[in-house]
Amino acid sequence: MNKSILILKREYLTRVKKKSFIIMTLLVPLFMAALTILPTYLAMMDDKEERTIAVYDPTGLILNRLESNEFTKFHYIPEQEFKDLSKKFDSKKYYAMLHVPENILTINRAEMISDKQVTFDIKNLVSSRIENIIEGEKRKQVVDATGVPDLEKKLAATKTNITLDTIKLGEKGEAVKSSTEIAMAIGYAAGFLIYMFVFIYGTMVMRGVMEEKSSRIVEVIISSVKPFQLLFGKIVGIGLVGLTQIAIWLILGSAITTGVTAFISHGSAETVVQAQNIMATPGMDQLAATSPVQKNATLEILQLIGNLNIPLIIFSLFFYFIGGFILYASLMGAIGSAVDSDEDAQQMMMPVMMPLIFSIIILFAVAKNPEGSLAFWASMVPLTSPVIMMVRIPFGVPVWQIILSMILLLGSILGCIWIAGKIYRTGILMYGKKVNLKEIVKWLFYKN
Amino acid sequence: MEIFQANNIVKDYAGYMALSSVSISVKEASIFGLLGPNGAGKTTLIRIINQITAPDTGELFFEGRPMKSEDVSQIGYLPEERGLYKKMKVGEQALYLAQLKGMSKNDALKNLKIWFEKFEIQAWWGKKVEELSKGMAQKVQFITTVIHQPRLLIFDEPFSGFDPINTNLIKNEILDLKKNGTTIIFSTHDMPSVEEICDHIALINQSKKILDGQIDEVREKFKSNTFEIEFRGETPDIQKDYGNYLKILELDEKTQLKQMKVQLLNGHSNNEFLKILMNQFEIVSFKELIPSMNDVFIHVVEENNRAIKL
Repeated sequence: MNKSILILKREYLTRVKKKSFIIMTLLVPLFMAALTILPTYLAMMDDKEERTIAVYDPTGLILNRLESNEFTKFHYIPEQEFKDLSKKFDSKKYYAMLHVPENILTINRAEMISDKQVTFDIKNLVSSRIENIIEGEKRKQVVDATGVPDLEKKLAATKTNITLDTIKLGEKGEAVKSSTEIAMAIGYAAGFLIYMFVFIYGTMVMRGVMEEKSSRIVEVIISSVKPFQLLFGKIVGIGLVGLTQIAIWLILGSAITTGVTAFISHGSAETVVQAQNIMATPGMDQLAATSPVQKNATLEILQLIGNLNIPLIIFSLFFYFIGGFILYASLMGAIGSAVDSDEDAQQMMMPVMMPLIFSIIILFAVAKNPEGSLAFWASMVPLTSPVIMMVRIPFGVPVWQIILSMILLLGSILGCIWIAGKIYRTGILMYGKKVNLKEIVKWLFYKN
Repeated sequence: MEIFQANNIVKDYAGYMALSSVSISVKEASIFGLLGPNGAGKTTLIRIINQITAPDTGELFFEGRPMKSEDVSQIGYLPEERGLYKKMKVGEQALYLAQLKGMSKNDALKNLKIWFEKFEIQAWWGKKVEELSKGMAQKVQFITTVIHQPRLLIFDEPFSGFDPINTNLIKNEILDLKKNGTTIIFSTHDMPSVEEICDHIALINQSKKILDGQIDEVREKFKSNTFEIEFRGETPDIQKDYGNYLKILELDEKTQLKQMKVQLLNGHSNNEFLKILMNQFEIVSFKELIPSMNDVFIHVVEENNRAIKL
């Protein structure tokens, strides 16, 4: 046991001290953070330019109803100036010129004239504002024609948005508000995390075994320790490297997320308000209502997450995380011991990794129908259950299914370790022999 | 006293017989040569001694009692195909391997320092193994094999990859270790070095032990009563006169100092033979030819292979 710890320590320390590990572990969260911050930051940056748009409106519909904001100013011009500008655009004075045609109410068209391509943001801003004004104008005309009092208010009141609450009945019949979206999100994230971890670190176990075999140090080591101790120390050591990386990612990730959230909510408060200002139509004043609604939504999400069985999710995440890793890592270790070259390793890896890849392929189907027979069987079969059961658990899975799946996983871990140990013991000392499945099966029956 | 004994070891790899009923016994503080052609089963036997594999049947004794799994810490093994972790630093790696053999970190450091000084390789301590040449790495491997002061050392081709100077260095270290009471099992195809350092040999061919004994006894046993004689004077026709005594194998009369190889036929002593020769010519030298280990090896293995084929 003491020697297994020595091996474990070496496997762990040599990998954690590697430059590539340190760089990956630190860079990935930073990269993710950059991916979230940068677009927001850039969006906030380019809005700072002040632009003046000349508006020529012979209809008088738009006149003085386009309100300027901090960065976009509207300047109304007479016909003469419009004609002058049409001949020779004064790009020093104006960014662009808006021409509202006489028959805008019927053709639903207007023109933006400039000596350059008008930006996407400006185009959107102007068109949505004109849209609102024209829509309001048309509605007003209809309302005036019918003569029904307060019709406009009544119409506004008909605007509806249905929220469908999903209620899950607990075992004792208590109603628990649930969210399909949140269950899906957590299921995806957990399933994908397990897949990535098992794949990357399972392959690392294989490479480690191959390194020892091809450098021929293995014979010296197994004259000091039992082959099984070596494989065991390696799998646990590398597993801990993975857990370390994920722990660092979680810590850095949450620190960065907190920072980013603070940054965005602080920095973009104005931007958000601005955007709402722009969108707000006259007569439908949502502005006042927005902030409380948003706050409520955040609270509701937190509450919905709280309604999930968090301890079960965390427990099973760890269980399937570690279980799936040991299951695959022991098989990958066995492959690493049986092969001499990278090409052989790739070839032998494929069939073993197939179930894992398969579970990622069916991930979405399972999340859509977590009670279906595909979901059920895939969460029972040990080679796919670590990913698939984790996708199902946030939706709620009968306890007997979870227990059965876990027992099956544990059982096959023991079986796989036994098989892997046998293959490994023979494989690491076998050189220059092209190994096939038949040969490996023979190894299982070798005595010690 | 025997430090290690193996009795009737059988190892069968699913139909391929690697060892069939092989027994060896190794005396303490001696060098035991384990010989045999490629694929004879030597490596399997060595792995069994190291407890890397277990025999199907047979018994192993260490220091007179049945061997236990803890005994591996009393054994040092330098395999023929050997290597180190390429990306690991020399010192760190030597320390790790010593600790795997059950040494405490402090003892390991202390011993390593002594050995690194002895081999004048202190400067390598912080280097990565991949920066070393093959010979340099071999030196490090030799140190990691003997560092835990095992009672039994197993060297499989220890001199391969060394230049003559380093071969000599390692040879002297092995002889020193023996002098200090360490027992050594030495496996090699280099017969001159076997003659030079081994006390006892066992020869394995096609999974069976076919020869075993003190090295001088073994060579003695395979001598064919052949003599090399240098003489001056007329060459007499002794073949005709003493045909039932001897047989001339070679005769070289080109130089003034003549030479012949003569085989003495059975039942006659050396002195009797010498008396006959004394009457014939002036004897300059008279030497009985003892076969080299190389001759013994080839003779015994070929004979055995012929017998198996029949």
